[in-house]
Amino acid sequence: MAALLSPVAPGGQTRTAPPPSGRSGGVGRHWPFLLIVPALLVLLAVFVYPVAHTFVGAFTTPKPGTENFTWFFGSPANVAVLTRTFSTALWATLICLALAYPYAYLMTVASPRARAALLLIVMLPFWTSLMVRTFAWLVLLQDTGVVNGFLGLFGLGPVGLVRSQAGVLIGMVQILMPFMVLPLYSVMSGIDRRLLTAAQSLGARPVVALLRIFVPLSLPGVAAGSTMVFITSLGFYVTPALLGSPSEALISQFMYTQVSGMLMWGRGGAMAVVLFATTLLLTGLLGLAMRAGRRTRAGAR
Amino acid sequence: MSARLARAALWVTGVLVAAWLVAPTLVVIPLSFTDKVSLTFPPTGWSTRWYANFFGDPAWVAALANSLLVGVLVAVVATVLGTAAAFGLTRWTSRRGAAAASVLLLAPMIVPGIIVAIGVYAVFLKFQLAGSLAGFVAAHTVLALPFVVVSVTASLQTFDVRLETAAASLGAGRLATFRRVTLPLIMPGVVSGALFAFVTSFDEVVVSLFIQSPSLVTLPVQMYSSVTRETDPTLAAAATMILALTTVLVTGGLALSSRRNRAR
Amino acid sequence: MPVDRTTPAVKGARIDLRGMTKRFGGSVAVDDVTLTVEPGEFMTFLGPSGSGKTTTLNMIAGFTDITAGTLEIDDRPVGDTPAHKRDIGVVFQHYALFPHMTVAENIAFPLRQRKISKDERRRLVAAALETVQLPGHAARYPGELSGGQQQRVALARAIVFSPRVLLMDEPLGALDRKLREFLQLEIKRIHREVGSTFVFVTHDQEEALILSDRIAVFNNAKIEQVGTAHELYERPATLFVARFLGESTILRGAARPEGAGSTLTGDGFAVRAPGRVDAGRDAALVVRPERLRLIPDEPGSAGRGASGGTPGGNAVPVTVLEEIYLGAARKLEVVLPGGARGLVREQAGALSGLRAGDRATLTWHPDDGVLLPDDPTIERIFT
Repeated sequence: MAALLSPVAPGGQTRTAPPPSGRSGGVGRHWPFLLIVPALLVLLAVFVYPVAHTFVGAFTTPKPGTENFTWFFGSPANVAVLTRTFSTALWATLICLALAYPYAYLMTVASPRARAALLLIVMLPFWTSLMVRTFAWLVLLQDTGVVNGFLGLFGLGPVGLVRSQAGVLIGMVQILMPFMVLPLYSVMSGIDRRLLTAAQSLGARPVVALLRIFVPLSLPGVAAGSTMVFITSLGFYVTPALLGSPSEALISQFMYTQVSGMLMWGRGGAMAVVLFATTLLLTGLLGLAMRAGRRTRAGAR
Repeated sequence: MSARLARAALWVTGVLVAAWLVAPTLVVIPLSFTDKVSLTFPPTGWSTRWYANFFGDPAWVAALANSLLVGVLVAVVATVLGTAAAFGLTRWTSRRGAAAASVLLLAPMIVPGIIVAIGVYAVFLKFQLAGSLAGFVAAHTVLALPFVVVSVTASLQTFDVRLETAAASLGAGRLATFRRVTLPLIMPGVVSGALFAFVTSFDEVVVSLFIQSPSLVTLPVQMYSSVTRETDPTLAAAATMILALTTVLVTGGLALSSRRNRAR
Repeated sequence: MPVDRTTPAVKGARIDLRGMTKRFGGSVAVDDVTLTVEPGEFMTFLGPSGSGKTTTLNMIAGFTDITAGTLEIDDRPVGDTPAHKRDIGVVFQHYALFPHMTVAENIAFPLRQRKISKDERRRLVAAALETVQLPGHAARYPGELSGGQQQRVALARAIVFSPRVLLMDEPLGALDRKLREFLQLEIKRIHREVGSTFVFVTHDQEEALILSDRIAVFNNAKIEQVGTAHELYERPATLFVARFLGESTILRGAARPEGAGSTLTGDGFAVRAPGRVDAGRDAALVVRPERLRLIPDEPGSAGRGASGGTPGGNAVPVTVLEEIYLGAARKLEVVLPGGARGLVREQAGALSGLRAGDRATLTWHPDDGVLLPDDPTIERIFT
């Protein structure tokens, strides 16, 4: 029976074969590395070093120790900023998912022309300036704006949308939608729709087929999209700063005030460490989840 | 019956989401042509006075010029560095080395912008780069690099390496092969990477907010401070022009990528 | 073996197709197909791709709406019943196993939909795995199995809820030849054990001959002929059936009634054939390779041709073009003076000794031929 087993293809992509090298031996084999060096040098100087400098500063400025962390976690107001950041990110993720799932599903069942249009529409915010979009939301959501004008027709409002969590969420979710739709669509379009036909032939109602077959198979996309959106929302600055309330600041606004306004480099660094550790943890968890998912899906196409 | 109903509901949801993605941004266009001083939407009368205001105000004009200059420089630097790096990544036989290098090259996409901003600000203050053109270009290049690497790597992966072997067998040296065979074939990826790099720089707010100086302000920074200070429709004029510019660039990029798809 | 071979588990259902038609936009995929599949029968839909066989299957399964006509299973019209309520098992060419479920979960899926208790589910899944001879694989994921194993799981999943009809859409098409031949015998065994009515779609004539009680030959959205393998091979109703099933020599010409049969006159031959064709139509005579015999010409005795050979039989002078060695037999390709090609099969014990380039006389008994109306469009399909 073992002889009948075909080797399960590894999940990775086949790499393009290297061109025959003119020289043999050590340096010749590694010549492509030299092409990466300039980019790496710039990254080291303007990315790795500054970020590391910030992290180290968290433990050394103004004097060595964990003073900055005890300051941050010691004050309920600061911890409230952190939990508010997380809850905002969570809400943004959930709303994004609720809106993006049907949208991505529609893309998989639409005609090629309609699919191209839907894809273009979801990509557009990717390209439109963040400032322009945030400014547009400001105009729409202000007390005399279109949204409140619309609500006024029904005798409602005006609702304080600008300078509120709701305003932040509306702006953030719109900006983050591509990060949810694209991974969802790429996973959904890889799902063999004939499996749904098969499920129906086995007695499953169309709804059951969707819930038991399609939804579980789309979970890797849900995981990837949610992680992307969650991580990105944690670090959002411009949208909460312009649409949110100063009294309900998120962590990046708080960092800005500490560093730019009060020159508390160590405190800013400590918050950077907390934010970065969270981001890293989530990315790692996503990687593990994806690997577990790939095992079951391997070769079953 | 119920299947048709479900499909209709799906389409309604899709169209509403699509409208919500696109429509809100478009309000800035009519707003920029208002004749009033306030940002009331919809406008009641029309004029081009806010465009005149934009070009009459040295602060706005300087910001636009700075953004264009930084953007072009970043596009050039990031494209050269990123293309070389993508080439190295796909050809490096040490898979572990290539994997490590690509993690580093793509890291600026994942690390929250505010962390990069604080770090870069501190280092720039130390080396007196804050507010300098070189500082802006360096900082934006780092943020733009991942996009160039991703875009060029994608087109290198569909590129048939045997063509290089064929060129070599026809007597072309390594440099001639790259210039005459490889580069033309991966050009769409390189160009769309360059467009991405330009747009990344042109849009960047957070890092720029930190490293700006009174002598060097970019357009998004000028918009940001304008929003927080007083909001007059000059902002809408600026936003409309940015929208127009990025739309032109996107259309160009899409045309290129669709040509690439057809060539496959 | 836990399953009793003599009394099948299920009584197969009768399937009645009456005037079944499917149109996609302007094109007709299935055109007025009428057919009855008997309870417990193994029926194969055979035809080239695009001939309408899979569309017909999809209409029976409920995956495709019926444009016109009726479909009845055990005298109950089911044309408007959704797929998940038809109780029909389907096996797909692409297996369609759910990649996120284990083998056991896949097979238990139809049982869960039918609210069968957990203990009963476990028992039925084990029995189904036994039937397809894959015990011990229950906890594996489909991605960990070979193509042949995956298809066995798909088969187990389709029979586990004891459907009275089982449809198979080219289930072996993705497998290599050795495995395909092995699984054909397995499917035949399972058909005997299960007792359901099987409808099997394939474009492989050999597969159809091995498996089926009866075969429906599809061409151009219609059924050309329905019959046992023997009937189709020996008495093809149309030139298409003759060409699609097995090999043959085809002689084309004008048929003229003579006695109980006809005389067919073509380029370089005049032979007798059984039966008649409509007056004024071109005719084609089909003779199977094993019905033909080659008699070597003596050197220098040319022209023995037309009237010689076996008494009362047909005889045509030919030249041997090529010999093809097949082990237990050999095939000889010959050419008639008019250019028509013939194919002769000689068993290993009765070789003529002819070689390529030799002249010979091709003979056969008139009753061994089948006279059919000619259809010049046929050759375009096969060449």
